[in-house]
Amino acid sequence: MLTHDTAFLFQQKIDNEIKIEPKDPMPQAYRKTNIRQISQHAHSEIVGMLPEANWISRAPSLKRKAILLAKVQDEAGHGLYLYAAAETLGIHRDEMINDLHSGTAKYSSIFNYPTLTWADIGAIGWLVDGAAILNQVALCRTSYGPYARALVRICKEESFHQRQGFDALLVLSKGTLQQKEMCQDAINRWWWPSLMMFGPRDSESTNNDQSIKWKIKRKTNDELRQSFVNMAAEQVKVLGMTLPDAALKWNEESKQYNFGEINWEEFWNVVKGKGPCNKQRLEARKKAHEEGTWVREAAIAYAEKKRLFTDTFKKGALEIA
Amino acid sequence: MQDSKTTNNEKSSKPLGSLQIPISGGREAFLLHLADNALLLAQRNSEWCGHGPVLEQDIAITNISLDLLGQARNFYHYAAQLTGDGATENTLAYLRSEREFKNCLLVEQPNGDWGQTILRQFLFSHYQYLLYGQLQYSNDEPVAAIAAKALKEVTYHVRWSSEWVIRLGDGTKESHERMLKAIDQLWTFTGELFVPVAYEKETIIGFDLPSLQQPWFEKVSAVLKEATLWSPNFGEAVFMQTGGKQGIHSEHLGYILAELQYLQRAYPGAEW
Repeated sequence: MLTHDTAFLFQQKIDNEIKIEPKDPMPQAYRKTNIRQISQHAHSEIVGMLPEANWISRAPSLKRKAILLAKVQDEAGHGLYLYAAAETLGIHRDEMINDLHSGTAKYSSIFNYPTLTWADIGAIGWLVDGAAILNQVALCRTSYGPYARALVRICKEESFHQRQGFDALLVLSKGTLQQKEMCQDAINRWWWPSLMMFGPRDSESTNNDQSIKWKIKRKTNDELRQSFVNMAAEQVKVLGMTLPDAALKWNEESKQYNFGEINWEEFWNVVKGKGPCNKQRLEARKKAHEEGTWVREAAIAYAEKKRLFTDTFKKGALEIA
Repeated sequence: MQDSKTTNNEKSSKPLGSLQIPISGGREAFLLHLADNALLLAQRNSEWCGHGPVLEQDIAITNISLDLLGQARNFYHYAAQLTGDGATENTLAYLRSEREFKNCLLVEQPNGDWGQTILRQFLFSHYQYLLYGQLQYSNDEPVAAIAAKALKEVTYHVRWSSEWVIRLGDGTKESHERMLKAIDQLWTFTGELFVPVAYEKETIIGFDLPSLQQPWFEKVSAVLKEATLWSPNFGEAVFMQTGGKQGIHSEHLGYILAELQYLQRAYPGAEW
């Protein structure tokens, strides 16, 4: 427990934009919120590998295959440093992974949608990574130091992914009629789930106020969602495609795009595990983990043997000396 | 468990013969063989991406897959230049059929469990290390350059896979048994690596492919001994499966290509 004074000093640090570091005193709730947010982000990277990996074996050219492999590998790397960042708050990676597998911990719902055609890989890069970047750029200034620093690196790679995704769609948009249809269809399917990535409306988000005060979050869900719509509504013109929203319209007064209502019923159902791929994604993660048990056990057993051997050797060497 | 990539330049191998013999007509076939080997193993390894036993190793196997894919692309690119007639790395990888692929049988074998994947990589990387070790002295400049670059990558693959063979062989009872099973399944495909087919006889420059077999056997044996997996049977002449290098493959290849080539086949002529 922090005393009233230390709680005041903590808030003062936050207000003065001084980063909170692992060994600093911090309110329990601040620690807990950060663990939740960082581990959720890590899980999203790991689960997010699955829908994209679905197309690695079928990538349509060797160049696209290499790009996709490298991208999915990047996501694994992001997961790795995010787990490490969360570990600085006193939780172990195994515990976080158990929480993911038991369903206690969440990950981004977007990855519960299926990748049905090659164009989905482009649409994920453009829209999903685009939405993630907006979130994460805002988070690069988050108050917890290790998370902020991990995000700086992640953002650089994510913007690269977004450009690659857009480029893949651009090629389709200039291709055959079938490719154009594939491109538009992928945009149609990924558009609304991408808007959902920013979470519930500000009026319904439970974590917003305290998280903004502690500068864990720097912008609200609705602010970020609006920036995303403004960005995508312009970029889609370059593709010569459309966004599937009849209400999408430039508002001269607010200098923003107006847009239609999200299907919140679908949103909450996917969050609660009823999306098209929730079960498959979790099963795939659990299967990989379970089938890897003997590998991890063997690695530990071997390391232990080596340690014992080294200890005995050292002991023997000392005795001889 | 994370390995760092080694950066030392490998020029340690010595040329086994005169390297000035000009390459004759089988050169394209030989390049395709090298490219197909790398592509097929890259394709197989990439099936692990997102499904590895631990995150660090998911990254490592994907990294190896990327290295191999890069090697394949370099060889295809060069083969396409020689072939001309509109050939590209993609027409060579995506528009040839089962009987035209020239990879050895080992690389198309299924991933199985992690132990089998590790062993396949181990057996193949040791071979590739010796092969590229020779090819880097080739008088064919592009081949020499590709081999020299790839050798740095393969040096890491050899180290990574050898460490895993030892770890799993000498880990737990279960891991030991799984490795023995993997050896039982894959050993029969190792002979083919050293039996030259026509395009290797014509084009392997200045050295005999069989001359790599003894050094390969010694290296592999040393690791298997440390891994407590060695058996004197390995040294005995056993009947080996062959045919892949001449386009007579296992039943697996058709399925691999059906997936790999699907989009290029379904939408002929499209750009991606």
